[in-house]
Amino acid sequence: MLKLILAVILIPLAGAMINGLFCWKTKRKAHLIAVPAIAIPAVISLVLFWKVAHGQRFDGTFYWWISVGNFRIPIGFLLDELSAVMIVTVTFVATWIHIYSIGYMDHETDRGYAKYFCYLNFFVFFMLTLVLANNYLLMFVGWEGVGLCSYLLIGYWYEKASAANAGMKAFITNRVGDFGFMIALFLLYKHLGSLIYHDVFASAHELTLPLATLITLLLFMGATGKSAQIPLYVWLPDAMEGPTPVSSLIHAATMVTAGVYMVARSHVLYNLAPFSMEVVASIGAATAMFAASMALVNNDLKRVLAYSTVSQLGYMFVGVGVGAYAAGVFHLFTHAFFKGLMFLCAGSVMHALHGELDMQKMGGLYNKMKITAITFIIGALAISGVPPLAGFWSKDSILHHAFVSGHKIIWFVGTVTAAMTAFYMFRLIFLTFFGEPRDKHIYEIAHENPPVMTIPLMVLAFFSATVGLLALLPGGGFEGFLNRLFEAAHHGAEHAAHGGHEAGGAAVLILISVLVAFMGIGLAYAMYMKHTPDPKKLTERFRPIYTLLYNRYYVDELYFALFINPTVGISRHVLWKIVDVLIIDGIVNGVARLCSLVGNLIRKIHTGFIPDYAWAILVGIIIVCGLKIIF
Amino acid sequence: MIPVSWIFALSVLVFATGALGVLIRKNAIVMFLCIELMLNGANIFFVGVSKMRGAAEGHIFVLFMMAIAAAEAAIGMAIITAFYRRKGGVEVDRADLMKW
Repeated sequence: MLKLILAVILIPLAGAMINGLFCWKTKRKAHLIAVPAIAIPAVISLVLFWKVAHGQRFDGTFYWWISVGNFRIPIGFLLDELSAVMIVTVTFVATWIHIYSIGYMDHETDRGYAKYFCYLNFFVFFMLTLVLANNYLLMFVGWEGVGLCSYLLIGYWYEKASAANAGMKAFITNRVGDFGFMIALFLLYKHLGSLIYHDVFASAHELTLPLATLITLLLFMGATGKSAQIPLYVWLPDAMEGPTPVSSLIHAATMVTAGVYMVARSHVLYNLAPFSMEVVASIGAATAMFAASMALVNNDLKRVLAYSTVSQLGYMFVGVGVGAYAAGVFHLFTHAFFKGLMFLCAGSVMHALHGELDMQKMGGLYNKMKITAITFIIGALAISGVPPLAGFWSKDSILHHAFVSGHKIIWFVGTVTAAMTAFYMFRLIFLTFFGEPRDKHIYEIAHENPPVMTIPLMVLAFFSATVGLLALLPGGGFEGFLNRLFEAAHHGAEHAAHGGHEAGGAAVLILISVLVAFMGIGLAYAMYMKHTPDPKKLTERFRPIYTLLYNRYYVDELYFALFINPTVGISRHVLWKIVDVLIIDGIVNGVARLCSLVGNLIRKIHTGFIPDYAWAILVGIIIVCGLKIIF
Repeated sequence: MIPVSWIFALSVLVFATGALGVLIRKNAIVMFLCIELMLNGANIFFVGVSKMRGAAEGHIFVLFMMAIAAAEAAIGMAIITAFYRRKGGVEVDRADLMKW
């Protein structure tokens, strides 16, 4: 099993190395290496998944990476239900996104093309390291590695200032979160003496309650950075500067879910800290609603999807926060398919329109791009929670667990957000694909993309529609499978709550969430197809709210005013002008000046007159010999 | 038979003359000659010691040193010739490149 796991991890790395070192050779054939480098691990992942499904697990060390005294960190891998699900999701979605990229990136320069595939493979390598690691430090390596690839790919068009800045913003925002993550790791090591999951979880009960709460909150701080939750979500919308398949793979399907994975992986710790769980669930719910509200009025195709991703990640955190780890991971799994799909569709539209992203200029594209439009609608139905598509099962499961675990407010927020989700998704569809073309020129150039792009769309659309049905498999379905892992630690505290409510209550909850989804869709239809009520008039009427939402609550401006401008100001006026110029330069120049001053005094003894030197030698010899004789 | 102390006295006298010459003269050729005097003072000392101990090593060393002095003389004269061509004289205070 170790060999298979190593193959899964190392093949993408090999692909990245070949394209990275020989990009001048591979050029436009880069995908011939990159695509198999993901497709083969995808097949192996399925084999591994099959083995795990049949009850096998793996937790072993490949070799010892760090071994200093008691501090021992292995390069070791853990394959259980959770990581099996993650590797299948990552490799499978990544494979189709790689194929799609062949078509999407065909306008790039030769080197850019190879570079792109190199980064993409590299990303998958780190993502697999992250999910397969058997200790926190190796996970952190993957965690930082995906951050690095995210930075590189957001800034892929680095000549563009906005792209380069967006990359930096993503990277720096993540640093804030990672700070918390690292402190949490230090605390874990200090108090438990190990970072290997197995040891940490086995001895976790030794942690006192305040300590467990602190550690889990700090871990969650890392998750808010990586998974774009309040207050660190600001980087994700800007990350849309990168190529669209990147947004699809990294900023929708895989990397941003790393935080959810990490919380689910640390479920033993979180179960010890009820307060942290509440925080996770509350932040998740708040983020879900907050991000969804910003998506309501945005006109940028990709940014709507970005806010939607933030919002859906909020749902996942609600899931793990109320103790329904399996539901959270299930939503992660389905979300990877439908959100990945929708980003690819957006990319398809963008590719056809030569980079146009403003929905106000689109309209009526259904006639020109049928496959893209239909697959997008499938994705939107899935995310809106229309049965029996994927999103319905997972989102409903989260809301159900939130409700039965007594988080009524969170359930309510989640349900309202579900309606908002349905609304903005269908607003996007009606504005983009239906109605009258609002810009003749753009409508003229629109065309369906080649099969290399549409086939991945169709495949992902198929899975977006069907993966939810895994919930119906015998033995508790998908969540039952994951609960083999989670329940072992979680001594059925929640099970008790389950029993009573079930059946009747559950049916009502399902009905409510389906109803709100249709309400959202219906409202979008009325507003953007029938124009009753007319969105323009509504905008006028609620101008302050609209402005607030349109400007994204001024959060970016707020962060600029609170953190960035003061930092820049202090750096410029204090650190640069005073500390650097006066103090540091003063010390360095002062030492140099002192040396030259002393040198100026002493150099007078160099007369350049040879007998003087001869005298000096003679006198020196006499003194030395004299001392020798005296003493 | 000449006492060994006389030989030593002669050696010191020759060496001191050479050293004084190096220190007080400005003419490079004279200084050079004085260096040869110093060398020979040392040679005489070697011979004296060798004679005193009744061993031959000192004599052998003196032969070596004379050979080296000859080689050094050739090089030294070449340098002085080059110096003369460049500076138009052999006074050492003409060499002041190393002066502060």
